[in-house]
Amino acid sequence: MSFLIDSSIMVTSQVLFFGFGWLFFMRKLFKDYEEYQDAILQTYQDTILSSLIPLAYFLHCSSRYFHWKLNLCVILLILVFMVPFYIGYFVVSNIRLLHRQKLLFACVLWLTFMYFFWKLGDPFPILSPKHGILSIEQLISRVGVIGVTLMALLSGFGAVNCPYTYMSYFLRNVTDADILALERRLLQTMDMIISKKKRIAVAHRTMFQRGEVHNKPTGFWGMIKSVTTSVAGSENLSLIQQEVDALEELSRQLFLETADLHATKERIEYSKTFQGKYFNFLGYFFSIYCVWKIFMATINIVFDRVGKTDPVTRGIEITVNYLGIQFDVKFWSQHISFILVGIIIVTSIRGLLITLTKFFYAISSSKSSNVIVLLLAQIMGMYFVSSVLLIRMSMPLEYRTIITEVLGELQFNFYHRWFDVIFLVSALSSILFLYLAHKQAPEKHMAL
Amino acid sequence: MAALDRVKVLVLGDSGVGKSSLVHLLCHNQVLGNPSWTVGCSVDVRIHDYKEGTPEEKTYYIELWDVGGSVGSATSVKSTRAVFYNSLNGIILVHDLTNKKSSQNLYRWSLEALNRDVAPTGVLVTNGDYDREQFADNQIPLLVIGTKLDQIPETKRNEVLTRTAFLAEDFNAEEINLDCTNPRYLAAGSSNAVKLSRFFDKVIEKRYFFKRWQSRFLASRKERDLEEEH
Repeated sequence: MSFLIDSSIMVTSQVLFFGFGWLFFMRKLFKDYEEYQDAILQTYQDTILSSLIPLAYFLHCSSRYFHWKLNLCVILLILVFMVPFYIGYFVVSNIRLLHRQKLLFACVLWLTFMYFFWKLGDPFPILSPKHGILSIEQLISRVGVIGVTLMALLSGFGAVNCPYTYMSYFLRNVTDADILALERRLLQTMDMIISKKKRIAVAHRTMFQRGEVHNKPTGFWGMIKSVTTSVAGSENLSLIQQEVDALEELSRQLFLETADLHATKERIEYSKTFQGKYFNFLGYFFSIYCVWKIFMATINIVFDRVGKTDPVTRGIEITVNYLGIQFDVKFWSQHISFILVGIIIVTSIRGLLITLTKFFYAISSSKSSNVIVLLLAQIMGMYFVSSVLLIRMSMPLEYRTIITEVLGELQFNFYHRWFDVIFLVSALSSILFLYLAHKQAPEKHMAL
Repeated sequence: MAALDRVKVLVLGDSGVGKSSLVHLLCHNQVLGNPSWTVGCSVDVRIHDYKEGTPEEKTYYIELWDVGGSVGSATSVKSTRAVFYNSLNGIILVHDLTNKKSSQNLYRWSLEALNRDVAPTGVLVTNGDYDREQFADNQIPLLVIGTKLDQIPETKRNEVLTRTAFLAEDFNAEEINLDCTNPRYLAAGSSNAVKLSRFFDKVIEKRYFFKRWQSRFLASRKERDLEEEH
């Protein structure tokens, strides 16, 4: 009986999330494009549906184990088999030449993917010889590696980018005069391009007309004459053409700079509003949190340690010991850690979706939108699986054992170490990158 | 070239519909070999003979400004694009015949360009919705061009062409449907070439021979009002 109740809860909640995912999909991603196929939608929905493992937190029954296992199997099936195959199929259909044997080439691409996927497991200490080839542990371990790398990269970048974006301390001062000056330069460049192109067009036209005249059979010498005159003309022309190319490159740069200035000006105005001030305040908190995380990651690597207790229980223990407040440690730690973990997951999902949406807009066009959606689904799926792996760290002991049961025997410590390493690398490189970008921009404007 | 001589025509449309290929075809009579994404704006020049074949024939340079981007861009990108909409004399709206959304987005594109260039006594649209009256009063000549005609199968062609005819009527503009990879569609003497030539003539006339253009414009308005009454 309770099994039925649990199943119905699962199904309803999955339908709910499916509704959200669908809304997001239709509203944000596909607003401007019409061409999509139903199969893609199906795949995307299935991925979102099956990724809702965290919901199992709310089920207090033994059927939880069954649901977890079921969800996991479905996700893996989709991630490793269906989505890559679809991606291969759509990439192939974009290339006009291979239209005939679409399916064949898609299968070839899929097999290549599987081969590299398998090879991925070799350099890492995750292969335990007691399990067979197609066991869940094998698949999860590989998916976990990719997902953890991705997560660490994104977290590293996000940890640095977040304070940079939120805090108005980093905002360059942009005045209207700057923007006007840059726009004037842009228009001047366009005018120069136009005048040069007019000269080329006139030269082409006169050559064309003269060429017609010379097409009359004036004989051998007429042909020689036309060759010599046009050679001088075309040399001049190619010089002008080169200048035009250089100017066009310049105009593109100026356009991008102007767009950048407009965006900065908008941000300045936004930061003066209440919302902006609130985010600025948050930015200070985040920067402290990020510095702490980077510090912890370094310590973990240097001192080769993996945390034994989760931070919430630790925090409560500290308060109990130092402040003498009487808590029922077990009871509170369980609930608080659930809530915290829920918040972390929700914010990280939101962050991921926002970043991916921006990326999607930047590189999308009506041709490749199918492939990009599928890539999105693939990335999200891997992200979810690996977040389950890593969440294990922040949970109290009893729940860790449950996850260990479901996911089988994996070397969890390895994943945490790997996460720390990649996180550190990513955070440091994004600091470097942002520093360079920040320094370069004011210098460009000084040169105006 | 002094600014007085300029005849500026914008080429607007969604990403990937073929504006750059079209502009290259119009200016060089050749097919563009390696189309790539347009960042910012790319300009090209076409030499046009106004009133070709008559004693009043005169040569003008028409600047075709191909502005890249999508209609749903961030506000900062839109305000950057707006710098190209100054003092325009004509608009070519390009849409992809295989993609209905690109045709629908043309309304938003035209509003974006026209709102920027509104004269002090001109019609202002405040909520961005399409208003047919505004296009009836609009004085900037428009031309609607549909691309990728070769990718429409024969069976669907009629349906697509009817839809685009309605679209052109909404804009009070002529329409041309072609394939940018085939210069045959704009061969001299074809109906498409004639429409194109008429459009450019209209643009030049409005710019330089205002009285002549105005009388013609008012006459066509009267004709249309009479039609609607019946």
